[in-house]
Amino acid sequence: MHRSPQNPDLSALDITIAVTGLKTGDNPQPGVPVIRSIRAAGFKGRIIGLVYDSMESGIYLDDLVDEVYQMPYPSAGAEAFLTRMEYIVAKSKIDVIIPTLDAEVILYIRLQDELRKLGIHSYLPTEECFLLRDKTKLATYFPPRGILVPDTALVSEISQIISSKEQYPMMIKGRYYEAYKANNVEEGLKYFYEIESRWGLPIILQKMIPGDEYNIVIVGDGEGGILGMVPQKKLVITDKGKGFGGVVVKNQQLEEFATKVIALLKWRGPCELEVMRGYDRQYYLIEINPRFPAWVRLAEGSGQNQPAAVVLKALGQDLAPLPQCKSGTLFIRHAEDIITDISLMGEISAKSELMKKEK
Amino acid sequence: MKKAYMAPNIERNSAGNMNKYGAKSVVRHQDNIEGVPINDLVKEYGSPLIVLSEAQMRKRYRRLQDVMQMHYPKVELAWSYKTNYLAAVCSIFHQEGARAEVVSRMEYEMARKLGIEGKDIIFNGPGKSAEALRIAIEEDALIHIDHLDELYLIEKLAKELDTIPQVAIRVNMDTGISPQWSRFGFNYENGEAYRTIQRLLSGKAMNLRGLHTHIGTFILDANAYYWAAKALLELASRIQQDHGIVMEYIDLGGGFASQNTLHSQYTPGEFASPSFDQYAEAIGNAFNESQFVRENLPTLVLETGRALVDEAGYLISSVLGKKNLPTGERAVILDAGVNTAITAWWYKLKVNPTRSFPGAYQNTIFYGPLCMNIDIIRPAVPFPDLHFGDKVLITPAGAYNNTQWMQFIEYRPRILLICETGQVELIREKETLQDVNARERIPEHLRTL
Amino acid sequence: MDFSRLQNLAMNDNGFIFDPNSGYSYTSNETGIYIMKLLSQGIDKETVREKVLAEYEVSEDNFNSDFEHYMLMLEALGLVEF
Repeated sequence: MHRSPQNPDLSALDITIAVTGLKTGDNPQPGVPVIRSIRAAGFKGRIIGLVYDSMESGIYLDDLVDEVYQMPYPSAGAEAFLTRMEYIVAKSKIDVIIPTLDAEVILYIRLQDELRKLGIHSYLPTEECFLLRDKTKLATYFPPRGILVPDTALVSEISQIISSKEQYPMMIKGRYYEAYKANNVEEGLKYFYEIESRWGLPIILQKMIPGDEYNIVIVGDGEGGILGMVPQKKLVITDKGKGFGGVVVKNQQLEEFATKVIALLKWRGPCELEVMRGYDRQYYLIEINPRFPAWVRLAEGSGQNQPAAVVLKALGQDLAPLPQCKSGTLFIRHAEDIITDISLMGEISAKSELMKKEK
Repeated sequence: MKKAYMAPNIERNSAGNMNKYGAKSVVRHQDNIEGVPINDLVKEYGSPLIVLSEAQMRKRYRRLQDVMQMHYPKVELAWSYKTNYLAAVCSIFHQEGARAEVVSRMEYEMARKLGIEGKDIIFNGPGKSAEALRIAIEEDALIHIDHLDELYLIEKLAKELDTIPQVAIRVNMDTGISPQWSRFGFNYENGEAYRTIQRLLSGKAMNLRGLHTHIGTFILDANAYYWAAKALLELASRIQQDHGIVMEYIDLGGGFASQNTLHSQYTPGEFASPSFDQYAEAIGNAFNESQFVRENLPTLVLETGRALVDEAGYLISSVLGKKNLPTGERAVILDAGVNTAITAWWYKLKVNPTRSFPGAYQNTIFYGPLCMNIDIIRPAVPFPDLHFGDKVLITPAGAYNNTQWMQFIEYRPRILLICETGQVELIREKETLQDVNARERIPEHLRTL
Repeated sequence: MDFSRLQNLAMNDNGFIFDPNSGYSYTSNETGIYIMKLLSQGIDKETVREKVLAEYEVSEDNFNSDFEHYMLMLEALGLVEF
């Protein structure tokens, strides 16, 4: 049955949605924009923010979330996580959850059955698919299937950095977060230790591809198809390498490249592709982030409300295709100071939870 | 009635330490092991105390076998002695049908003493002595050759003993994981493995029955086994084509990860470690794709030890004292340290309270009783207040602790087995001074003080 | 021992403490707040000890050790002076 494209309307949806990652600021997390897009789709139900830190700025925004709960870090393990979830659900049911941080996605995938028993639905890739996009796997999985990936080596010992025959500069990346450009062996060693202490081993050493970077936010349907796709070129990049401004592009080759990646993986749920167009005119897959990016409002703003689509897919609903995005749509990130009393911080840090709006 | 007490605590808030739980329970307590109260065990057998579960071991063994057989029917498991060579533990796995996998003369003799025949022993390792090899050859053990000097030695012994040794070749290869264990066996990619096999066959002194690899330890990427199996099967196919000899078995060694979490790992074991199904599927895929397998149906041998026994082991330890560190963390001193739980050096071991606590959580670091700075059982984890004499349960502790533990300054504690019937059996008595110094000799001139 | 600095702290019953003088904030627990409030009222340590033992279900040995720890923490944080 052919249906004309339209954005999801969540105005009649009487459920509770939980979203993680409410930090904004210089290294923003995707939670706040995801919530904004869901609200923009007309959603009037309750939204619960799940945070790790009581200084996540989204907690302090008026009219963003109705309730906040602190979660144990993913490294605390399944039991701590489920105990906390059971506690939250006993106070306030959760129907759909959208995790937005890399390190927590595997936990939501592996615990899907347990969460389902608590009535919590999500729209995430299978574990097998999730593992294929691991930074340590890209370079072995994709090139034989016709998707270029810059030459990559996994290193577990500093001797491998010292003896590497690759030409500097190179990218040095942590398994979950952080990527640095190392101009020589000395910088390579410095970043090795920095990343190891935060994110563990192995560390990823990747050849630099000079060219233009594009980022694409996509929701895959789990069968090789795509529900929505919005590519952007970063226009403002902070000294931490974060895109604080960008514009939606229209580029058929780029879209074909991204479509092929998603078809190979049969990705289900949101993701962000980082793609380089080298000066050799070839496209290279740099990373697949298993969640929405912090700039996801650009999708909604350019005509494609992807977070709202994910909410409906998590509930198992059928969806009309999303409208085409409008190229030339620009985003520019703006930071603002929230003014409040320290007692608000006191409440969340002492009780680990905050009821912002009574039921 | 008086109010429930929790130790008074205060912490300064700063960006970075803003994740707290107030009075919410994060850590569940465990006050029994398979229904046997921990307090009763300590009352009767003292502290520290190692407890192993027979039911867990049998369950995991059967599960691994069942899951493997769903992907490839002809599977045999060999019990890796170095993982835990307590006689009771080995006997449980032998009763389940496991062969013995040994890596030294000592382990070889342990297996023989338990009644395992030479033909059911796989003899691995880079350090087999001539005496050990002589016995293994005479008893028809399966000797897995690690290097060329060993091959020459076996040839020589075979001639002397006028026997045909039963051997396999250990191979190493690139399976996409890091670090690559290239120090054991012969390399696949550079052709060393094949040349060694040619050399072995041309000597006509031994019977080459299988191919072996052991790609590493605590392998978190199940797919590495696909590449390992594929390489060995390709090698087997080439041997058949060139020499007309069919390998009876393909031994993929061990290395399956348990649910433990390495210190270098951010994601905890329960999210990072592949399941038996994932390992089995990877291996099964390689076997089912192989022409050699379709024609010859070789036996698949696995020597995985840790994934079978780690979760079956518990260490009960008691609090000797506590103090506050200048960092604001709480330090708890336990009566068991890295002398008893040496795997604390590799893993973020789980420490669980053995009773419920109403209290708040404070970052707590667990030290052992040794006078060494490196005696740390678990770096800081949020934990309720403990008092003198409180017991904690440290898990998983079943793999490598009973084989690598250290004598350093203490007698080793008792080890119990909780049997399938629920009965508690003492399987290793606490050591005494006699155990420690019985083999020493004091020279005459040092005997008067 | 000088407990006068405790008088300037804003404490709420959730365990959140704000020191307007330094700008630092702290998180404590029920027992911690209970003790701090008594001390800030000028009640001496020995009396505080007796009150806690009367109010809470805890052995004298266990509490003595916790109390000493707690006083050391307060000192380390500069909230009391010896």
